[in-house]
Amino acid sequence: MRKVMTGHKAVAEAMRQIEPDVVAVYPITPQSEIAEYYADYVHDGIVHTELVPVESEHSAMSACVGAAAAGARVMTATSSQGLALLVEVLYIAAGMRLPIVTALANRSLSAPINIHCDHSDAYLARDAGAFQVFCESAQEAYDYTLIAQRIAEHAKVRLPGIVNLDGFALTHTSQVVEPLEDAVAKKFVGAFQPVHPLLDTDRPVTWGPFAMPDYYFELKRAQQAAMEEIPAVFLEVQRAYAKTSGRAYGGFVDKYHLDDADRALVVLGSTAGTAKVAVDALRAKGERVGLLKVWLYRPFPYHEVAAALTHVKHVGVLDRAISFGAMGALYSDVATSLLRSATRPALHNYIYGLGGRDITAEQLEEVLTGLGKARPDEVLRYIGLRE
Amino acid sequence: MPNIKTLAQREEKEVRFTPGHTLCAGCAEPMVVRTVLNAIEEPVVAASPTGCLEVATSRFPGTAWNVPWIHVAFENAGAVISGVEAAYRALTKTGVVKKRIRFVVFGGDGGTYDIGLQALSGALERGHDFLYVCVNNEAYMNTGVQRSSATPRCASATTSPVGDEIPGKPQDRKDLTEIVVGHHVPYVGQAAVSHLIDLANKVERAMKFDGPKFLNVLTTCPLGWRTPRDSAIVQSKLAVETRYWPLYEVIEGKYKINYKPKQHVPVEEWLKTQGRFRHLFRDPKGKERIAEFQAAVDRHWNDLLRKEQCLSGDGAEQG
Repeated sequence: MRKVMTGHKAVAEAMRQIEPDVVAVYPITPQSEIAEYYADYVHDGIVHTELVPVESEHSAMSACVGAAAAGARVMTATSSQGLALLVEVLYIAAGMRLPIVTALANRSLSAPINIHCDHSDAYLARDAGAFQVFCESAQEAYDYTLIAQRIAEHAKVRLPGIVNLDGFALTHTSQVVEPLEDAVAKKFVGAFQPVHPLLDTDRPVTWGPFAMPDYYFELKRAQQAAMEEIPAVFLEVQRAYAKTSGRAYGGFVDKYHLDDADRALVVLGSTAGTAKVAVDALRAKGERVGLLKVWLYRPFPYHEVAAALTHVKHVGVLDRAISFGAMGALYSDVATSLLRSATRPALHNYIYGLGGRDITAEQLEEVLTGLGKARPDEVLRYIGLRE
Repeated sequence: MPNIKTLAQREEKEVRFTPGHTLCAGCAEPMVVRTVLNAIEEPVVAASPTGCLEVATSRFPGTAWNVPWIHVAFENAGAVISGVEAAYRALTKTGVVKKRIRFVVFGGDGGTYDIGLQALSGALERGHDFLYVCVNNEAYMNTGVQRSSATPRCASATTSPVGDEIPGKPQDRKDLTEIVVGHHVPYVGQAAVSHLIDLANKVERAMKFDGPKFLNVLTTCPLGWRTPRDSAIVQSKLAVETRYWPLYEVIEGKYKINYKPKQHVPVEEWLKTQGRFRHLFRDPKGKERIAEFQAAVDRHWNDLLRKEQCLSGDGAEQG
């Protein structure tokens, strides 16, 4: 049944249906409403979840790690500085192979303090060992919360995951969402199968040991192997979700009018919606423009991005965060993807929308129109910046 | 109440903390861990923050822990055990876990007094059902004897060295036991490794309560205290006899001093046996500093006597 709800509500609905054993969470704008909705479910007795209203995000992820190692299904949500505070423990969750799914309401990082959207926080967690998905809409935020849970808990993966949804743009705006029936969602996610739980006191296990140079390297290599399992599992779970929901996402990237395009944009998150409006407007004028939206950001789908872009002449990669002293993080990934292609587009990097600065379809039309004219040198260009 | 025999019998039945770890010769920590684990009858899940105990007992692929044990990071043992205990409550509700399990944290003073204080405070406030044991050897021994907020005044540590200008640590130690009392948890106690039966009794009394329990246990460190390897018990006993480290407990807000030394032993007797205070006996100003140290010990002890008098379990507070 179709319902009007915010991105927050969509994520909270998915969490209610997953019904984790433990949710540990600390409030931060713009994430707080997820925790508030969930507290309502717990306090009204709708779910059996133990809510741990911790004193910091660091403790939120720490409690999640303790609970997951104990044998529980756990989730949390955060934003910005909160993610920065908990990222230390996110590395540990990944090193321990704990399937903890975090909803990340994307927001800029201080200083100066700013509560609005950009992807600085997601980029900060880039190398933690968690897989990351970016959502364009509240519907995707709902769907990918369910999908991410199943990927995280897959026997071959067992890693933490992050579901990114743009702060305010998705979290606080109302959209039409079609959630699954509770029973259908529960069946899709399935029962949680813990591995070596702490609470199995008859079979004591040491979690989080100390490893010297004689073992550390091999353990980290094993962690990378688990990350390498994700693409196949991602497709498998997407297919299962298509069967369950009728919504087929079809891969790691979303191609929009890309097959015959000579100019294209690459984006993450809700800006894809705005970019589609720009593409439609230029297509109406007969211009061959397109869009590549990346759903799976980590592990990065190098082959699929390359395959989607080799035939395009000019590509503008849009980063919603600065990787200070370097080209944009998404740009670098796209450039790496194309390294081995015989033919490859001229690449341009645009920084946009920091700290919630508006990005309009007109601005993106301008970028697409200008793509053929700009020289593709290694410089950052900025959209909507006063200089 | 457990005696040596019952503790030994329990250990014979199930060795919860095994030999073969790499803690230093003369380290008092294993005695605390074994005594606490043996004093609890039910199955135990333990957690430790980063520190000597963690590094020396969990070197992959070996382990000294024969109970489920988890280490996550330095500052978060309070939060980690909160998560473990929350999982226990959730999984008990759904019927996945059926037996009574107890939860214990063993943290050093750095991971408890300093970097881990926030997570500990949060866990105490939220009322999780666990026992936190601070294995307190009064400095960051794992990283090379740096001062912590549990390090006593005047002690020489590598980040509070005896310099020409500043001789040792200028500040008093933090009174963490009283900070925990301020959280109004059901059981708070101070114990010492020299008084193991007292420690075991305290664990047993503590575990009768639901909710957070806290024990601050003075342990010794031959490396950091610069004492002989066979002196742990002597050192710890002197700390108690000089009233530097009172053995007491606060049960539901009621104070009880478990041991009152019959005669007054000056704290100097404890100080002079440790290399970390050696400068006090060489420096011309040492006498003055020892007198100040003694005054602080006396003040703390007298405060404690007054608290016991006013806040004892026998209704004295009504007067």
